[in-house]
Order: sequence, then C-alpha cells, then structure tokens
Amino acid sequence: MVRLKTPGFSKTMLVLGMLFLYLPMVVLIVYSFNASRLVSVWAGFSTKWYGALFANEQILSAVWMSLRIAFYSASMAVCLGTLCAFVITRFKKMRGRTLLSSMITAPLVMPEVITGLSLLLLFVQMAQTIGWPTDRGMATIWIAHTTFCSAYVAVVVSARLQEVDRSIEEAAMDLGCTPLKTFFVITLPVIAPALVSGWLLAFTLSLDDLVIASFVSGPGATTLPMVVFSSVRMGVSPEINALATLIILSVSLIAFIAWYLMRRAERKRQ
Amino acid sequence: MKRRLFPAPLTERVRALLFHRRVVLGIPFLWLLLFFLLPFALVLKISLTSAVMAIPPYEPVFRWVDNTLSVVVNVGNYLFLLSDSLYIAAYWGSVKTAFMATVVCLLIGYPMAYAMARAPRHWQLVLLLMVMLPSWTSFLIRVYAWMGILGNQGLLNTFLMWLGLIDAPLKMLNTNFAVVLGIVYAYLPFMVLPIYTNLVKLDERLLEAASDLGCRSITTFWAITLPLSKAGILAGSMLVFIPAVGEFVIPELLGGPDTLMIGKVLWEEFFNNRDWPVASALAIVMLALLLVPIVLFHRFQAREMEKHG
Repeated sequence: MVRLKTPGFSKTMLVLGMLFLYLPMVVLIVYSFNASRLVSVWAGFSTKWYGALFANEQILSAVWMSLRIAFYSASMAVCLGTLCAFVITRFKKMRGRTLLSSMITAPLVMPEVITGLSLLLLFVQMAQTIGWPTDRGMATIWIAHTTFCSAYVAVVVSARLQEVDRSIEEAAMDLGCTPLKTFFVITLPVIAPALVSGWLLAFTLSLDDLVIASFVSGPGATTLPMVVFSSVRMGVSPEINALATLIILSVSLIAFIAWYLMRRAERKRQ
Repeated sequence: MKRRLFPAPLTERVRALLFHRRVVLGIPFLWLLLFFLLPFALVLKISLTSAVMAIPPYEPVFRWVDNTLSVVVNVGNYLFLLSDSLYIAAYWGSVKTAFMATVVCLLIGYPMAYAMARAPRHWQLVLLLMVMLPSWTSFLIRVYAWMGILGNQGLLNTFLMWLGLIDAPLKMLNTNFAVVLGIVYAYLPFMVLPIYTNLVKLDERLLEAASDLGCRSITTFWAITLPLSKAGILAGSMLVFIPAVGEFVIPELLGGPDTLMIGKVLWEEFFNNRDWPVASALAIVMLALLLVPIVLFHRFQAREMEKHG
C-alpha cells in the first residue's frame, strides 16, 4: 500500500487554526486573574473578580433562569427532534414529509433576528386571539428555544438512526413485540448516545442564545446572555472575564469526560 | 384486514388512538407548523400594515365594521425601504461582509479539515472535539474576547507598541475588519465540520490509483479531492454565509458607527424605533435574499439525513 503523504501546508494550517480558535479564550482566562481593570496593565494575580461575580445577585439569578430554561428546552427538543428524525429517516412515503424536512433544516441556518421577530409576532397575535400568553417570559423563551433546538437534535439523531440495524427491530416485531415496545426495548438503547449528545447540544444552544430570547422575553425573565450583553456593550469588564473562565473550564471538563468515555467505548469494541 | 367481532374496550381504543403512529408523528409536525411556519406568515402580514402608537404598535389588516370586511394592505414599508439608501446600503454591507468572512473561513477551514481527515484515527476524535469545543462555550463571550484584544488599549496594540512596530495604537476595534474577523472566528467550526465529514469518507483508493498512475499530489488534489468534497464546501459555506448575513451581536460589539449590517438595522428598528412593520418588511426582504442559499443548504442537509449509512 502506498503511504499517502500529508502535505505540510495543511498541518501548519491546522495548528495555526487551533491557535486562532484558542488564544482569545486563553487571553480571557489569564485576564480574569488580573488585579487591574485595564487589559493593558498586569497588576498582579488576584481572584477578586470571582468574588465580585459571586456577589452579583443579578448575574446569579440570570444563571439560574438560563439553566432552568435550557433544561426544559433541551428535554422537549430531544422528544420533538427524535420524532422528526424518525419521520425523515423511516417514513419515506408519509404525506407532508418534504414540508417537515424543510421546517427542520431551515432553523439550522435561519438568521436569529428573523426567528426572534417572527416568534414574537406570533406570541403577540396569540395573546390577542386566544388570550395566551398574557405576559412573555420563561414559557415563551422555552417554546422558542425548543423549536430551534429540535432541528439540531433531529440532525444528530437521524445520523445515528441511519446506522441502526433494522433487522433486529423486525425480528422483535416478528416475535410479537408491538411497535411501541420495540421502540423502547430495541431502538431506544441503540440511539441513546445520540439522544444524550443531542440533549447536551440543545442545552448549550439554549444557554447561549441572546437574540431570540431578547425578542420573545418580557420584563420578568432575564437570561444570562442578556445580562452579559448589556454589561459588555459598555466595554471590557473583569467580572465577565471571570464568568467566561468558569464557562470555558466547565465545557472543557465535560468535553474531556465525553472524549474519555468515547475512547473507552471504542477500545472495548476492538 | 381482519375485522374484530367485538369492539375493543374503550381504554384500549383510547390508548391505541394515542399511540397511533400518525398521532405520535403528527406532534412535531404541528409544533413546527405553529411555531416555525405560521410566524413567517405573520411577519408577512405585519410588514403590510402601518405603524401606530398602540399596543401592539401596528394597524390591523382585516377590519370588520358595519358588516363589511375591509382589508387594508400597505406596501408603503417596502417602498420606504427602497427609497432610503440606508437600507440598501445595509443589505449590501451584510452580503459583502458575510461573503468575505465565508471566503476567509473556507481558506482557513479547508486545510484544517484536510489535515484532520488525514490524521491518525486516534487523533481524529481529539481534533474533532477541539474544533467543536469553542462552539459549545458562549458565542457572546467569544466575540467579547476580541474587544479586549483589538481595542486601542487592547492586548494587540500594546504588544505591537512594545515591539516598536507602531508608535500610536491602530484603530482595529469598531471597524469592518473587526466584524469580518469576529464572524470568521465565531463561525470557523461550522465550516470545518461538514468539510471534515465529507473528506473522511473519501475513498482513499482513488487517491492511490491517481498516484500509481503518476499523478503529482497537487494535481490529485485539484482533480479528485476538491471536486469530491464539493458538497461539504457548499454546506460549510451556507452554514457560515446565511447566519452571518443576519448577524447582530458581532456588528454591535465589534463594528463601528459606519458598519451597516441588516441584522443590526432590524434590531434598531424594532427595539429603538418600535417600528414593527418596517422591521417585518426588513425581515421579509432578507428572507427573499437568502432564499436561494437556504434552498441549497436544505437540499444538501435533506440528502444527508435521508440516506442510509
């Protein structure tokens, strides 16, 4: 076999690209420990911004609000997205399938300002017509996030569904399993890793969204990105650096655990 | 079909109905119809009304007075968009900025994806996670990081002045350069991923055959690898270009007063001027501009999701 040579150029670009992706985040982490407010001055190591962050009631309550919304949105998006993935990969003849597949791929690229505006107009119209929602807040953000997160879940789950061995499902049904039971006993365990990664992806997407939430939120519900945005609009703020550090470190930790589990699973398979 | 002699008990029939395939599969359909498609119809409707000082701040389209239904359609918003050069400049600015960022993303992302696809198997997973990890942290915070780097008192200017390359700080923050840089930074993973998934499936035998037949590696790349990764390039470019056209956060934080992008203009019309009809008309025109890219992306994505592995 001919050993294919990897051109040096692409390897160099990979290293440079990774540096480009990671250096700004490293800068944020380093400056979260800077005692000075200014970026240009290094005034010594300090953790005082973390103290200030944990004393900031507004940020803490926004974190709690965002975590709750992200949890509910991700859970609902996994249910809806999985059903969508089923229709798209399994029911090729179903009526309205083309419409469903366009409605599931469009949110992946739809500019957020359009999604946000259109959903807000819907909620205003609904309030006029059926009297709900009377005030916008957590429930409206939950609906908005569920809708666009479902699309991402559908993509992740359908990739996994394509790999499922249909013959096991058919065997179960031949042996008298109802379709529903077959789903829970055979299909669900096989696609479970995709459901977990879909849930995690939906969770981070919901946690991160500023634009859509700003449109559909009311005075009662302020999410974390809204607080961060109104603060960074004024300029660089060391408390936000501390917050950024915590976010980056926790995401890295979860990614590391995921990598470790995936590597172990792959070794077992070999 | 076999007919039952006796009707099934009621609870069983209710349960059968609830778990009927069509009902179960109809739920996501109805959800998306209600919360994704219907809202666009409403945007179109409200773009045809005129703004008033009321709650909600627009005139109704359908009015029922004295047993007559009157339909008031106002195309004034669209004429207004055409007559004011600000909006045309904003659309043009968005398309131009998004296009430039997409090209830069492709130039950086393609070699990265290529190197990843050629890396040893156990490295691929690590590299893949490393490319995806930034997009799992906060988008807002990653854009914000550049404010500290590019500012007049920022890291980069301080560093360049310390080196003695420049005497006075370069104005980098609040320029169009910063906006393109921000988009490239934020959307690079979305360019790398589809190209990588495409390249990793590439049949290596084709490349071996080419090299056995005396093809130089650069020729093999142009003749085989690049054409076969066309679908990945297209998907990656659409994933960057379409959202970048409507981007709000990046021009708001990194752009200056002369940065005209349509997402920012729409936001200001809506939140600052409270002119919902004009904001809706802006959204409709933006959708019309993006229709072709969205359809292209949909065709790629639908193929990806339907085929059996």
